Amino acid sequence: MIPAHDIREVLGHNGDLAPLVDQISEDDNLFDKGLSSFGSVQLMLALEQRFDIEFPDHLLNRRSFSTIRNIRSTLESLLEPSAA
Amino acid sequence: MDGTFSHDVAFEDLDEPPASTPTFLDRLFDQGLLVRTGVDGLYGRSGAFESVVDAVDRMISGIGAGDGAEVMRFPPGMSRAVFERSGYLKSFPNLAGTVHSFCGHEADHAGLLACLDAGEDWTGDQAATDIVLTPAACYPLYPLAAERGALPAEGRLFDLQSYCFRREPSLEPTRMQMFRMREYVRMGSPEQVLAFRESWLARGEAMIRDLRLPLAIDVANDPFFGRAGRMLANNQRAQGLKFELNVPVNSLDKPTACLSFNYHQDHFGTTWELRQADGAVAHTACVGFGMERITLALLRHHGLDLTAWPESVRARLWG
Repeated sequence: MIPAHDIREVLGHNGDLAPLVDQISEDDNLFDKGLSSFGSVQLMLALEQRFDIEFPDHLLNRRSFSTIRNIRSTLESLLEPSAA
Repeated sequence: MDGTFSHDVAFEDLDEPPASTPTFLDRLFDQGLLVRTGVDGLYGRSGAFESVVDAVDRMISGIGAGDGAEVMRFPPGMSRAVFERSGYLKSFPNLAGTVHSFCGHEADHAGLLACLDAGEDWTGDQAATDIVLTPAACYPLYPLAAERGALPAEGRLFDLQSYCFRREPSLEPTRMQMFRMREYVRMGSPEQVLAFRESWLARGEAMIRDLRLPLAIDVANDPFFGRAGRMLANNQRAQGLKFELNVPVNSLDKPTACLSFNYHQDHFGTTWELRQADGAVAHTACVGFGMERITLALLRHHGLDLTAWPESVRARLWG
């Protein structure tokens, strides 16, 4: 299981979310917290770099990156496909 | 808005004709409606073609006449600094066109001419100027609107038309590299700009029906570049930010977007610090008309002889 801390670390470097990262809960909608469309692209690229993965096209959508819980779930589906 | 065309396409071979048959583009050239320049997507227009463009332009003006839009016209080049700040390069770097000019001295000039004579690359001393080609009619508008200060309570409405450039060479006549875009741009609260878009969805549909063209309105996305662009496109579709009014011109499978209805949310408001009367970031929306595309749709469906078009269509355009 991916620690929430690792995902928060990436969020902490996102221009849209950095100032708020400590106040964001697992299920807060990141877009409601100020994540823009371009910010979500930057978040996607940063997660790919941090976890050494590439999101397939069908996961390149708002839902995959909408909450910390969804990000973890998306990452785990890629990193631990056999556990799915 | 299910993508089904609203009435039957009553003409033959809309889908790809046999290789031996002249394409629609060939026939436009043969008839003299479009004029070859040697570059795909860059064409001259005949008087007859322009008479349709002008009539469609007047028709659009008539539909929007009661709205009190402020008319502004910009040349097809815009400030490079404005263009850079607009964010266009984040989304469409492959479509952008920049204006370069010779910036060397006399010796460099001799070198340029020598290269030209030798058939070699002569562009080495060309440097980017402070002008880029306008990619959409509304791009020069936003910073000028923001400079006026906060919007009035009722927001603002602008009427624009410009030649636009997008670097996408194609043999489809509907995908020109330089084409005219008419736009109405609404600025205000989310409610104001969404109401504007809704009204134009209905007006646009009625307009194209009046021209007796088959149509379908579909959710759409801009052609964002690369993998990041796929995410932006998915987001745009999921949020229903863009709709297109499509008419089959080249084929039924890939109909042509003749009008688009776009809700930018606060993208341009944030970029240009455009404020509503209460200080909140302004939202914007626009309706765009592809002037050549509408003209080509009319030619495709009603024929290349304008005098033979259905009387009701001629009356609507020139009556």
